[in-house]
Amino acid sequence: MLLREVGYARPGSLGEAIELLAADDGARALAGGQTLINVMKARAGSPDALVDLGRIEELKGIELGADGTLEIGAMTTYTEIIDSSEARARPILGTVCAQIADVQVRNRGTIGGNICTSDPTNHLPPLLAALHAEMTIQGSDGTRTVPAADFFLGVYMTAVGPGELLTKIKLPAGRNDGFAAVTLGVEGTCIVSAAASANGSLTIALGCVDAVPVVLTPDSAEDEAIRAAVRAADLDPPSDVHASREYRRHLAEVLAVRAARQAQGS
Amino acid sequence: MVSTEQTISVTINGTTYERDVEARKLLIHFIRDDLDLTGSHVGCDTGNCGACSVIVDGQLVKSCMMLAVQADGSAVETVEGLADGEQLSKLQQSFRDHHALQCGYCTPGMLMSATALLRSNPHPSEDEIKKGLQGNICRCTGYWNIFEAVKAASE
Repeated sequence: MLLREVGYARPGSLGEAIELLAADDGARALAGGQTLINVMKARAGSPDALVDLGRIEELKGIELGADGTLEIGAMTTYTEIIDSSEARARPILGTVCAQIADVQVRNRGTIGGNICTSDPTNHLPPLLAALHAEMTIQGSDGTRTVPAADFFLGVYMTAVGPGELLTKIKLPAGRNDGFAAVTLGVEGTCIVSAAASANGSLTIALGCVDAVPVVLTPDSAEDEAIRAAVRAADLDPPSDVHASREYRRHLAEVLAVRAARQAQGS
Repeated sequence: MVSTEQTISVTINGTTYERDVEARKLLIHFIRDDLDLTGSHVGCDTGNCGACSVIVDGQLVKSCMMLAVQADGSAVETVEGLADGEQLSKLQQSFRDHHALQCGYCTPGMLMSATALLRSNPHPSEDEIKKGLQGNICRCTGYWNIFEAVKAASE
């Protein structure tokens, strides 16, 4: 399909990319393009210019700190995460990335793109919320960090402001994590998803039931406490052709328990 | 520098092409319309069907979800590059032997996905074959003969 006419630049450095984005309100960052290019085909979005982040080395790579902390560049692809020996310090990351779409999409799609899209059906927003990730955002005024709980602001909206870029995602050490989803077909789009982290107290984050991940901290890790926490959240998910509101509420409880059990190794 | 048109240099199946392209042009249209390499197909044009799959710098991608300008400086492999003259690749021959196509529309994408799979994993398990072809849709065969062809080519 022929897209609307669009400008394009491929900066070689982060500073240059931020400059280009800050200079034009209509410019948008192009990460892996596995959502944005389709959005442009559908004319659901028509940026004036694309700032391609594909050749900025500073945005790539995975570093494992001595304390087990992982730092992942925003332009790291799902495939790079799946193949990374460093990323295995937090095994759930590779496990979930391997469930996203298909080989081709995983080869191009990036962790930063997945969360900056902030599509409620995406896998990584609830996962990173449950894992207590911290996002680094850089703009012309400097760098700031935002916890995952404050990063997602709405459907397609995040804490990354105009002229800013998400540069990296930092994850604390931990191995006791879980993820469960009911999807459209095997490894398709999520109808409801749940991620859990049981490193210290249990944190659960639900996807597809609100505009942003719903983060819960149940009183205990018992199934009934988890179900009670989901009910107390009084979820009001949308009904659509794939699932009714009631069914999504039901799935949220079931999947929260499944994710928590996986996180606790039971 | 932001511009709506750029000169790009892309190597496809060993031949380097230098062309002016609009930034809005998808890689699949550059390959098919500008270079007349019509082996790669446009199926759904929404990133679902995989008929446009090509290998860019060793990585399998859907060329309808990539801009031509993003491939500047890259080495691209398309279905035209698989055979050596009249000599089909082992995988292509296996597709033929196992009747792994009916209408053939998905075949270029299937071949590129299976080629990428067998390069990174020369002896995949049955599950790995299925997962390797997950991004490619075939509406004729029910997939079975494609699966058998890839399996035979890996033995």
